[in-house]
Amino acid sequence: MKDFISKRAKTIPPSGIRKFFDLALTMEEVISLGVGEPDFCTPWNICEASIYSIEQGGTAYTSNRGLQPLREAISDSLGKNYGLSYDPDREMIITTGVSEGLDIAVRAVVDPGDEVLVAEPCYVSYSPCVTLAGGIPVPVPCSGKDHFRLNPDVLMERITARSKVLIINFPNNPTGAVMRREHLKAIADIVTDHDLLLISDEVYSELTYESRHTAAATVGDLRERTITLNGFSKAYAMTGWRIGYLCAPEDICNAALKIHQYVMLCAPVMGQVAALEGIRKGEDEKDRMVREYRVRRNVFVDSLNRIGLSCHLPEGAFYAFPSVEKTGMNDVEFAETLLKEEHVAVVPGSVFGEGGKNHVRCAYAVSRKELKEAIVRMERFISSHRG
Amino acid sequence: MDEKDLLILQILEDNSRLSRDEMALMAELEPDEIETRIAALEEGGVIRNYTAVIDWDKAGNGEVAAIIDLKVNPERDYGYDRIADRLSRFRQVKSLRLVTGVYDLQLMVTGRNMQEIARFVSEYIAPMDRIRETATHIIMRTYKEYGHSFMDRETKERIPYSL
Repeated sequence: MKDFISKRAKTIPPSGIRKFFDLALTMEEVISLGVGEPDFCTPWNICEASIYSIEQGGTAYTSNRGLQPLREAISDSLGKNYGLSYDPDREMIITTGVSEGLDIAVRAVVDPGDEVLVAEPCYVSYSPCVTLAGGIPVPVPCSGKDHFRLNPDVLMERITARSKVLIINFPNNPTGAVMRREHLKAIADIVTDHDLLLISDEVYSELTYESRHTAAATVGDLRERTITLNGFSKAYAMTGWRIGYLCAPEDICNAALKIHQYVMLCAPVMGQVAALEGIRKGEDEKDRMVREYRVRRNVFVDSLNRIGLSCHLPEGAFYAFPSVEKTGMNDVEFAETLLKEEHVAVVPGSVFGEGGKNHVRCAYAVSRKELKEAIVRMERFISSHRG
Repeated sequence: MDEKDLLILQILEDNSRLSRDEMALMAELEPDEIETRIAALEEGGVIRNYTAVIDWDKAGNGEVAAIIDLKVNPERDYGYDRIADRLSRFRQVKSLRLVTGVYDLQLMVTGRNMQEIARFVSEYIAPMDRIRETATHIIMRTYKEYGHSFMDRETKERIPYSL
């Protein structure tokens, strides 16, 4: 028999945490700081709205773009919160999570051989999506020295004549880094000068603790060359509902829409109904969760530094990204040994790209009680491995 | 009362047993300032007490609780205040509120059994001047108290890793 697996499928790497995943499943009493999703359940009014809609027979396809009232509500909210303006009927698609949004965005703009700059460390799907579209991912490392913000000089070094797209994600998974307006300004100039397109994944935009989120498309002249991706998973604790959205200038949006209608048709209607309830009436619950993350962040990051894992204060998302360099272990050894010895799950930073080496991602989206216990175990772990 | 005070109250309402240092980190204040602010909130009567939320059914003490609605003729010059003051002095009365609707006052009363509650109502509450009508609702089961669910739900399975 022929080898039926495509070269492209072979090229993309398997998940970097499979081994950890399997190991953790065999263990008792694991405290997992490895999960990239809120520990809260979806606020109940959101669930009720969806349940009611199903009871009323709301189980059919929606239009390709998604429910009109949802797009309008998103457009209003983006305007009110970030000063973005996107036409809900021409410049927006409701996607099946930001994952799909990223995929169709990349496929809409990347031709074989195009170079796509990817600010790393970052979510694991960016480079594989580029590869699957025939593009060439070019990592642009963000370093701890810069608090994991994208450094304009480093970006400049990676730009070639074939560069077409830059993908960024701030607030960042896994580092919690935030790019404020002044930081984005320098990037915006480079993007414009080199005639690049920006894909900005802003799914953590509601989770910022020091300043209000700056949407990339509001900086300089970026709007006409930016695809903004966002979604409901993180802010509204709605990961399993799979609802995101893509906003872009009309021609780019139409190109993405063609791909969306063939591969997805539409995002799940139950999730869209839930998202509409969330954006209309979920503000208070969302704010309550954000307050809680902030409190946990303060306690957790302070504790990490106290036990000897140096960690900058992350300004957004729900991740701390401490360095494990002082332990003498690399990030993979650290994560593996910590899991085996103390049953605490963290994710090795190198999974998120070169820039993440010697760091581990700890999601503080777990209860305060678990966070406290995790710190006790990590402290014991560190002192038992100290020389 | 400023935003930090409100934050401290929220933190305390959720868990009043945290150390000053922990609270300081959470509220982004110095431990000393937490101390002074809490003292002021106690002094000012904003913080009334520190208690625990207890599922008494589970504790199995066999006590019975009831909600009692009262129709009351308000008093000239005092309204409901004086009768509320008298009612609130009974140890059996755990909470007392003035409410809108058909009834005026709503009490929560506890006792060793139903008979004890019935006796308390008929001997002390109903005969009081100005009380026109009582309606006693024995509590059969408490599902949620002070924001805490008493239902033993299965905790949802969470995968150990997701990126």
